[in-house]
Amino acid sequence: MSEGPDEGPELTGSLVPLFVITEGRALPPDHEYDHTTLVTAQNAPAVAARTLSPEARKVTDLVADGFLSLAEVSAHTRLPLGIVRILVAQLDNDGLLLVRKPIPRAERVDRELLSAVLDGLRNQFGA
Amino acid sequence: MNLQPAAVSRSPHSPEYLNPDVSHSVKVLVVGHFGVGKTTYIGSISEIEPLRTEETITEASEGFDDLSGLPDKTTTTVAMDFGRRTLSNTLVLYLFGTPGQERFKEMWEALSRGALGALVIVDPSRLDQSFAVLDLVERFGLTYAIAVNRFDGTASYPLDEVREALNLPVETPVVECDVRDSQSSAKALIALVEHLMTHFG
Repeated sequence: MSEGPDEGPELTGSLVPLFVITEGRALPPDHEYDHTTLVTAQNAPAVAARTLSPEARKVTDLVADGFLSLAEVSAHTRLPLGIVRILVAQLDNDGLLLVRKPIPRAERVDRELLSAVLDGLRNQFGA
Repeated sequence: MNLQPAAVSRSPHSPEYLNPDVSHSVKVLVVGHFGVGKTTYIGSISEIEPLRTEETITEASEGFDDLSGLPDKTTTTVAMDFGRRTLSNTLVLYLFGTPGQERFKEMWEALSRGALGALVIVDPSRLDQSFAVLDLVERFGLTYAIAVNRFDGTASYPLDEVREALNLPVETPVVECDVRDSQSSAKALIALVEHLMTHFG
């Protein structure tokens, strides 16, 4: 963390207009591609892969060998999360990504999840 | 003659992939005012060096555009730090440091969706600065616990006084936490998860 913890909000601009990167596509519904949606590249039909934008290519290259969350994809590619969501939606649609969406909240699921989280924390930190 | 292997230096940030069996991801928001220790906390729990992502938000500027009479809206980018901890073969936890200002509520909306809850980090000597954060946490319906950060050199602070000063419900956990220490940080998270579980009886 070379930039130090907890600085104020960092306001930055981007050189390429965002609508260019996303080719004018709109944001998919929020719940579909969350910060914690996990993605990895999967074998692509050659045609779809050939026509990728440089940014979409960056995404597929990054997750070529394993799973990362959308937040991590955003951090590593330095693309805003909103852009990553649009690109991932497009790549998912083209069959170039394997996507593990967060499970929807439901009482029974939550309960099981919470005990798994608790067990995990206790095991790992001996707390 | 250049003996430097070009391929190696070209990719300084090769990503640390998740265990391929991980099928579930959960998130917890780590919230608090600037300088309270959110990123340090995330670093204490995270298995990867905390990462930074950016989000574009639209915000209304102060006042109105004089000529049109319409609210002046601007688009800005807000940086947010986050970390990751794999909790089992199938489960990964993400911690998102979320700035606690009213003007970031668009970001809060997206982040709070599907979040298990929030850990609110407070500085006992600047409790008044935590009200805005608590307001947001409550508005977005997040269940939360309070971690009272023990800053270097500060005396231990009576937790009851924190509870009273922040006007917290009796059931809300208030725990002391050294955000630089992994185990102490994990205990605060455990207090939050235990509190979440009481909702199911």
